[in-house]
Parts: sequence; C-alpha cells; structure tokens
Amino acid sequence: MKKITLLYLVLSVIVLVAVACEALLPAAPADDALLDGPIAELTPEQNALFALGDAAFNRDIFTPATGLGPIFVASSCGSCHAGDGKGTPFTTLTRFGQHDDTGNRFMGQGGPQLQNRAIPGHTAELLPAGAVFSRFTPPANTGLGLLAALSDEQILANADPTDRDGDGISGVPNWIHAPHYFKPQWFHKEQNDRYVGRFGKKAAAIDLLHQTVNAYKQDMGITSEFDSEDPINYNVSGQAGDGVDDPEVTSAKVNAVVFYLRTLKVPLQRTPADPMVVAGKQLFISLDCGKCHTPDWKTGQSDVAALANRTFSPYTDLLLHDMGAGLDDGYTEGIAKTAEWKTPALWGLGLSQNSQGGRVFLLHDGRAHSVDEAIRLHGGEASRSVEKYANLAEAERGKLLRFLDTL
Amino acid sequence: MMRTLYFLIGSTLIQVAVYAQPDAARPVSTSATAATVVTVTKPIPTDSTPMPKAFADLFYRDSTLRKGKQEKGALKINMDATYDRPFLTSTKAPVSIGGYLEANTQYMQTNGKTDGLSFQARRMTIFLASSINRRIKFLSEIEFEDGTKEINIEFAAMDIELTPLLNLRGGIIMNPIGSFNQNHDGPKWEFIDRPISSVTIIPSTWSNVGFGLYGKKYTANWVWAYEAYLTNGFDDQIIANGQNRTFLPATKANRDRFDESFNGVPLVTLKMAFKRRKWGEIGLSWMGGVYNKFQIDGLVLDQRRRVDVWALDFNTTLPTGTFINSEFVWASINVPATYTQQFGRMQQGGWIDIVHPLVKKTMFGWKKAVVNAALRVERVDYNVGTFAETGDPLRDDLWAIVPGLSFRPSPTTVIRGNYRYHWQTDLLGNPPARTAGFQFGFSTYF
Repeated sequence: MKKITLLYLVLSVIVLVAVACEALLPAAPADDALLDGPIAELTPEQNALFALGDAAFNRDIFTPATGLGPIFVASSCGSCHAGDGKGTPFTTLTRFGQHDDTGNRFMGQGGPQLQNRAIPGHTAELLPAGAVFSRFTPPANTGLGLLAALSDEQILANADPTDRDGDGISGVPNWIHAPHYFKPQWFHKEQNDRYVGRFGKKAAAIDLLHQTVNAYKQDMGITSEFDSEDPINYNVSGQAGDGVDDPEVTSAKVNAVVFYLRTLKVPLQRTPADPMVVAGKQLFISLDCGKCHTPDWKTGQSDVAALANRTFSPYTDLLLHDMGAGLDDGYTEGIAKTAEWKTPALWGLGLSQNSQGGRVFLLHDGRAHSVDEAIRLHGGEASRSVEKYANLAEAERGKLLRFLDTL
Repeated sequence: MMRTLYFLIGSTLIQVAVYAQPDAARPVSTSATAATVVTVTKPIPTDSTPMPKAFADLFYRDSTLRKGKQEKGALKINMDATYDRPFLTSTKAPVSIGGYLEANTQYMQTNGKTDGLSFQARRMTIFLASSINRRIKFLSEIEFEDGTKEINIEFAAMDIELTPLLNLRGGIIMNPIGSFNQNHDGPKWEFIDRPISSVTIIPSTWSNVGFGLYGKKYTANWVWAYEAYLTNGFDDQIIANGQNRTFLPATKANRDRFDESFNGVPLVTLKMAFKRRKWGEIGLSWMGGVYNKFQIDGLVLDQRRRVDVWALDFNTTLPTGTFINSEFVWASINVPATYTQQFGRMQQGGWIDIVHPLVKKTMFGWKKAVVNAALRVERVDYNVGTFAETGDPLRDDLWAIVPGLSFRPSPTTVIRGNYRYHWQTDLLGNPPARTAGFQFGFSTYF
C-alpha cells in the first residue's frame, strides 16, 4: 500500500468517525421520560448548589468508615430513589410503635423506624413484640419544591373534616410537633405548637429539611448537626454508635440536598392533547378522583424565583383521607388515624416502572402491581369513586388508565 | 572505560556506548553526568543474524504483541510476562532497566451528557531487574498512575531457581489470578481501557507481600506450569466502600497490606496453565482467604468471612494470524446476612478480545509495521442472585463492546483508537445507562 493510500485511508476513517459521532453517542432520553434534572430558570449560583446537592444525593455512598449505621436501611439516598423515582420492596422501610394520636410508645425501643440492616459486626434491629407497624415504599422526589412552596392556608382551604359538602370526602391536615431546628416561614401556620405536615406517607414531615434530616438518620444512620445521635439497636446491650465522630455530614451538605430536592423539576405529562388522554382526564374528574388528587395548584412568593407564582399539576391535596379498613395497617404518625393516608401526588406515576425495575409497586407499601389494582384497593373516602370506576365500560377504564399513564 | 548497551526503537537497534569517564576519543558526547552516552544506530538484524540475547525475546515473545505469525523458540505463557519485557541491559551492568508509558484522550457521553474531552496519562511504569547470581533474579515494577495520583510498587520480588520445575519467589508479587493480572503491560493491548472484569472483580493489578513457588515442565511443543503463593490479602473494604457494591479493588486503599495482614490469615493463590503449540494456552486459577477482622487480641468479633475468586483464561493465535484472548472470573463473598443486598454475594464477568492483522508491511519506513482490527466484548455482573423481598433478579451489571484499530510501527509500540459502547444496568434493573465514546492513545515500552 502506498503511503498516500494509507494516508487517505486514515483521513477517511477520521472523517467518518467525526460524522458518525452524533449517531454513535447515546442521546439523552426525552425530557418527559426523566424525573431527574433541575427546574428551569435557576440562576448559575443555584445551578451550582443543585449540582452539589445532586452529588450528595446520588453519589454519596456511606460506609462504616463514613458513618453508615450502625443499623440502617440503605447506604445512600439514591439507593431508595433511583433516578429520583419511587423505590421498591428492596428499600421499603418499616415504621412501628404508634397506634393513635397520643404518640409513639416504642421510642425507647427503637421507634419509629426499623433499621433492618447493620454494618458488619453489628446486629440488625428486630421489630419489638407487640408493636404495630406499617411498611412504606420510598416515594418519588420530583416537584417537591413546588409542594413545599404552597402555603398552609392553601392546603387548609381544601380541608373538610366534617364533610360539610356531604360528598363523603373529608380531608384533614396532620398537625406535627416541629423539631428544634425548624424555622417557620411566612406561609407556615401554627396551631397548638404544631404545624401542618405535608411530606411522607402520613404527612409527618413539615418541610424538606425535616424530611431530609429524618432520612439521613433513620434510613442511613447518618448524624448531622440537626440530629446528632445514631440510631441504636435496643435489642442488644451496649447501645454503642458506629464509632465515627458526629456529626457525620455537615449542615452545608444537608442544606445542599434540601435545595436539590426543592429544585428538582416536575414530571412532564406526555401526550396531554391525545384525545384518549383528554377523555381520561375528564373521567378522572367526573369520578371525583380529583377531589383528593387535586390537579392544579399555584405557588405564591418564594425565596427561589423559579418556584414563585408557578402553576403546576401534582394531583394531591396534601391532606389525610380515610382509605378504609383494607389499607389500615394499625400504625400511624402525628395525629393521623391509622386508616388515614396523605394523598400521594400522581405526577410521575407513568414513569414508576423506570425506577422500580420494570415493574410497579404502588400504594404506601407497594402492594399494588398495577394502577388498576391500586385504584381498586382504595376504600373509605374513595369508595364511591372506586365503585364508579368499577362500573365503567372497559374502554372507558382504558381511557382513565391511559391518562394516568401519561402523568 | 566503555560499556555497550543495546536498545530497540521501532525496528531500529540502537547501540549505546556508555563511557564511565569523559573521553576525548568518543565520536559524539553529551556530558549530563559523569557518565556520557553516545548512540550509534544500525539496521535491525535479520533472523539469520545473531542478535544480542537481551533482544532476542522481543522478536519471539508472546503472541499478545500481535506479530501476526506463529511463535518461534521456547513457548511463552502468561506467567512469563513478568520477565518477558524489553530491558535496556548491558553484559556488565548489574541492573537492567525498562518500562512503558501510556496516554490517551477520550470523549465519552452517557445518556446525552458528557464531561467533554479529556487527556489522560494513565500510567508510566518503570522496570528494574537484576541477575543477582546464576539462577537468582530480582525484578521490580514501579507504577505511576494518573500522573502521580497513585504510586505503587506492583512487583518487587526475588526468584531463586532450584530446577525449572521448582523456583522460589518472595517479595511483593502479583497474585497469579487470571491472565490479565500477570500480563497487563499497556503496549501489549489494542484497547485503551483495561478489561472491566479484570480490574473490578479481579482487582488488577493485584499484588501483595508473600512467598511461594512456581515452575514449568516443557517440551518443544507444550509447556505446563504452576504457581502457588501465600500472601497478605483482602480487608473488609471489599464490602464497605464508596462503590455501593462488593468491590474487591477497594481493598487496595489499605496501604498497610504491605506491612501486615489485616486478619492474620494468608491469601492462597494457585494457578495452573497449559499451552500447546498451535492450540493455545489455557489457565485455571483460584485465590481465597478471609477478608474480615474476626478477632482482636483474641476477642471474637465475627465469624471468618471468606472471599474466593476463580478464573479461567485462554488465548490462541489462529493460522490466519487472528489472536483470541479471553478471561472469565467468578467471585464468591461471604457477606453478613443482615448487610444490604446492594453488596453482591456472587460476582462474575469476562471478556473476549479478537485481534486480526489487516496490513503487515513496511509503512512510513517502519519495517513489518502492522495495522490491526480489534474487537472486545465484555460482560460483568456485580451481583448474581435474587432479591429476598421479591425473588426478582439482582442486576448491577453491564455489557460493553469495543471495536478498535491499532497501528504497531514495532511490536513494542501501539497507537490505538477505540470506540466504546456499554450498557450499565442498576441493581433494580431499571433502563440501562448508555455510555459511548471515542478513545485515542498510545502505549509504548521504552
């Protein structure tokens, strides 16, 4: 082969590779197929803080040397919320010890959360005899900042504890004692030294800092300046921590994670104009599903401009509803009754399988393996809507399910 | 006083005259130190011309250098790779020296996101060897990875040959598990990235302090070899690390392993290999030991928890000159039952490299230069098993395919371009992260 031929060959390969680069490099999935990523219009400074929180949330893997445990549920935030989506039975956690609004009587025995795993050389926690319990599948993290930006007044406006309108749907807030580090904002409302909870299956966390500090400690056994005691296994003597100096994460890191959660984008609805989807949404409203799964909200002021005055569609009222005996595990938090659950947001529902290993695990403990099954397992205040749903023609049910799949 | 050294650059043999003192009679001089080096080049000897013994192996060394022809001379196997390297040597100097350098650039993208173009100086390795006495040898391999981010003595051992079938080796040795750990020099490979299973299940380059035996029995057409060592071993970082998976290389962060055993139980490594001319080489290896600290001062802390790794390697050169090389590995780790399932109890992986010489001729003045087409297919499963909660398969695995082209102006230098595409699935089995990109670089012995 002549030199010039070889040179042409090499140059041709280089040109071909350059041209083919775009095709040979994996493209980003469509924006509406992902749950992670920041909301639009963050400032460069906010983007940097988001990136810090993203790294702490998704890449900080705790080890015994960095404070994991000694008893724990998961070794990182991302273990429970893959791609910021819902969790699976693998990371479903167990809460125990409270059966009424008088508080948790098992706090001295490891309540309120079971740490069912332990670092090597330690013993995992066992459920104390006689303790009521419930299992919680990790929720998706998306859009939490907008929910956090709503005022208590907006949430309370939808409460109907005595069912004044007679539709069988009440809706009550969970009033929660604030932790010592809680700093009320202009939109928080105090009542008898308690505040409206809005995060968690029972709405037991007032804000995202409250939720995050609890998760660091209860899920991973990581202490912070906000809560500096490791979870302890009361089943064994000794009750030592993990031997790592506390706090195990800085408040700067906790705050970065809180900012990350606040500024994660909202899930984007896919094909909202599809006639079948439009018809499905109309059925959703006509079946009164939207009375708890409130479609639309608008935020007021916010210290993050990108969160202020935004209209969004989470499909939740952030209130507690009686879901009937079938979903009553006998365990509760705050002042919620055992059969009461906070209305979960439905946005991102159609992407559940992308974080749940190709399957879906719905309702508070993942017992429902399809949206249809989840609907049919609703009871209590949802009974009338479920009855209407069951009486729909199959094609109509298909439209409703199609709509839910686009969320 | 003058000493003559020989060095190979490309296909040119360089004769180096070293003067111990400045000498007015030398033909050219530079006097950086008390010793002065003069270089004289001459054409490479032909097969019929006797060449200095130090270089003979360069032309008859193992087939991983892709000569594209059948081996001549004594059969070489992976365990010979330690000494089967080009050294600058002198008949009178007590020490031979060599090494290799590899550097590259890459542009990778994962699901549409990229960190842009990077330039990497992956490693520079220096070999120092010495024949202390007849049948007593010393060799060391000091590696600088990613600039000076990691500096490791990967090998520093003394070998005493009693008979070909019985040699004693002691010092910092490379545990003979699989083939890559023994035969990992960059210039021998057409791929910029090392095989994933060889560096994440087998923690190549994996070396420890210890002692052992090795030996060979051979004829003109076959060779059988064994190795057996006791060394320091793993620690509990293999299941307590920032990778969020069982990760045997995490134990390399324990710098004390060259000073003392983590738990007092030696790691046993055994390997047997057989090679028959025209068939190829097959190796079977195992290493196993206890990785946790199960007692302190006689106080029991835990049960003894074992880690066992098995490997199978095979390579052959087809009559077409196509070289096939592969390694498969399985690891079993006794992880506490109450520890998270994120950390795998079983791991497995492997890779197959196919390298075919496309062109072999004089190119750009380099005689017998070779252009190779190469393809690697690799698979790693970091967590074999099923979820206790659902019975669904644990994932945390990846597939990769790496086509490439390489140009070898000489057997000891490779310029290579790779395209890499891999699919990595998380523990839960969610849609895989797709990573792809282009890599271009070189690796050369010096």
